[in-house]
Amino acid sequence: MTHIILRHRDIKDIHQLDVYTASGGYDAWKKVVREYTPEQVIDEIKKAGIRGRGGAGFPAGIKWSFIPKGQGAKYIVINADESETGTFKDREILAFNPHQVIEGALIAAYAVGASAIYCYWRGEYMDAGYASEQAIKDAYANNLLGKNILGSDFSCDYYNHFGAGAYICGEETALLSSLHGDLGQPWSKPPFPAQSGLYGKPTVVNNVETLANVPPVIVNGADWYVAMGTEQSNGIKVVCMSGHLKRPGNYEVEMGKVTYRELIYGEQYCQGMLGDKGFKALLPSGGSGPVVTAEALDAPVSFEGLNPYGSMMGSASVIVMDETTDMVWAAEKMTHFFKHESCGKCTPCREGTFWLEKLLIKINSGRGTMADIDKLESVAKQMQGKCLCALGEFAVSPALSTVKHFKHEYVAKITAAQRVPAGRGTAMPVAAD
Amino acid sequence: MLKEKYAQEIASLLQRYPEGRQKSAVLPLLHIAQQEYGYASREAIAEVAEILDLDPTHVLSIAGFYSLYYEEPVGKYVLEICNDLPCALRGADQFIELACQKLGVNKDEITADGLFTVKNVMCLGACDRAPMLQCNLKFEENLNEAKLDALLTQLRQQAASGRQEATVVDKILVETHH
Repeated sequence: MTHIILRHRDIKDIHQLDVYTASGGYDAWKKVVREYTPEQVIDEIKKAGIRGRGGAGFPAGIKWSFIPKGQGAKYIVINADESETGTFKDREILAFNPHQVIEGALIAAYAVGASAIYCYWRGEYMDAGYASEQAIKDAYANNLLGKNILGSDFSCDYYNHFGAGAYICGEETALLSSLHGDLGQPWSKPPFPAQSGLYGKPTVVNNVETLANVPPVIVNGADWYVAMGTEQSNGIKVVCMSGHLKRPGNYEVEMGKVTYRELIYGEQYCQGMLGDKGFKALLPSGGSGPVVTAEALDAPVSFEGLNPYGSMMGSASVIVMDETTDMVWAAEKMTHFFKHESCGKCTPCREGTFWLEKLLIKINSGRGTMADIDKLESVAKQMQGKCLCALGEFAVSPALSTVKHFKHEYVAKITAAQRVPAGRGTAMPVAAD
Repeated sequence: MLKEKYAQEIASLLQRYPEGRQKSAVLPLLHIAQQEYGYASREAIAEVAEILDLDPTHVLSIAGFYSLYYEEPVGKYVLEICNDLPCALRGADQFIELACQKLGVNKDEITADGLFTVKNVMCLGACDRAPMLQCNLKFEENLNEAKLDALLTQLRQQAASGRQEATVVDKILVETHH
């Protein structure tokens, strides 16, 4: 197929401005800045129904329309903090096709009247950030960025900003706090960034991939985009495939047209399980979406595809596990991630992730009791609906969904621990916690 | 002193943020400070605080919150190995043990020659190329024992030659400014 987002796979050196321009790059931006009113741009993006590709799926055009009209500072912030376990699409897009993101962000800036774009990268991506610096310089040198762009009265600056290692900064208000020079901790909404975001000014925060979808929509029209995908999920999605696979990597697919089974076994995708082992389970959205089993393999990749299986596409970071995977161990790994990354601001998340991990370590190391499974569910339920942001809400999903689908593995660990070691006489008492 | 040695770079960084919002530069400045001093030492914290007119305790809390700042000294080369689930499914836990064993250290310790520290970190966004690590922010992917040996040899030679190689922080925060 011809890629729409991962265009660097079809066109060599598209990170260079001349190559990007020669293959239609910045045509959308030129069209917008010369022919469109900001309202027309927002209408087109709304009509296309581009939903946020960072995981939440909020429609970009509607987000843009929340920005108040009129004078005063406004900002576009590109969320390049990509830190969800199993997610590695934004790094590829920004490192190899940076102009498409810059162009998308410029169109967003024009639509809302923003005077500056900040690209907030996770600090670990500084090498990819360096690759994008040349793109920024070239865009400035060709008056695609900067003052009075392409002879218009629109001016806009673009800056890279590097974080320093914190998953929570992918949450938009935590990202903005971090950009302010504070701890990366979320704030309670309202105020929403559209009202009071960066430096207290109206701000749009969009994911890298979301913005990369904007230029092709402007060039080809909203109808072209709507024709792809499903009613609730328009367009295309970059899916990150990792785990026990023969050919892990990023794959660009039309929404609703490719199933998880095809992604795993398809010749043009991952070509099967590593070592031809059997499939056991997958996490469809990194650690944040509940684990699903083989029954969900024929679900299509789309925002709504996994609804019948109690899970979600999220950022489409698919972690595939084979039949040998110990699911209690996997739950402990994922829960450790959330505990490590909890920002500590709200108690349910800070304390909850601590207790979830503690219980999982206990069960996984063979010291658990049946009551610990109930305790795990009880802690998780005390967190649900009570956390300040999505991190805490999602942190319960590895534990709850593995208990739901693989309770027998928990029980097996507990009963194995309680079983009498061969030739040792009476049962050993289980260590009290 | 950072403010003299990196005067131009710091001025350029500060210009990226609106008037009165220079606190935003605390993360980039800490990256430069850590590069200069090897870790987020009290000295480094105090200098960053002074440049931005911030309370040193604020800068210290920032250094403690974000995982890329080291609060204790580290080796010249920090091997940050991801062992989150996708990497662990492809042998990352064993790979960390292998790295520690080859260097004769436990995680977070510094080798006797001062060259290496092994750290265990959360997802680095290269799950399709596991096992992987980041060495002073440079990605090393699709690793195995032979590649690890080659990397360690190369780094030892680099250190022995005394050549100053531009780091990722140098490139992004020091060399480039517009």
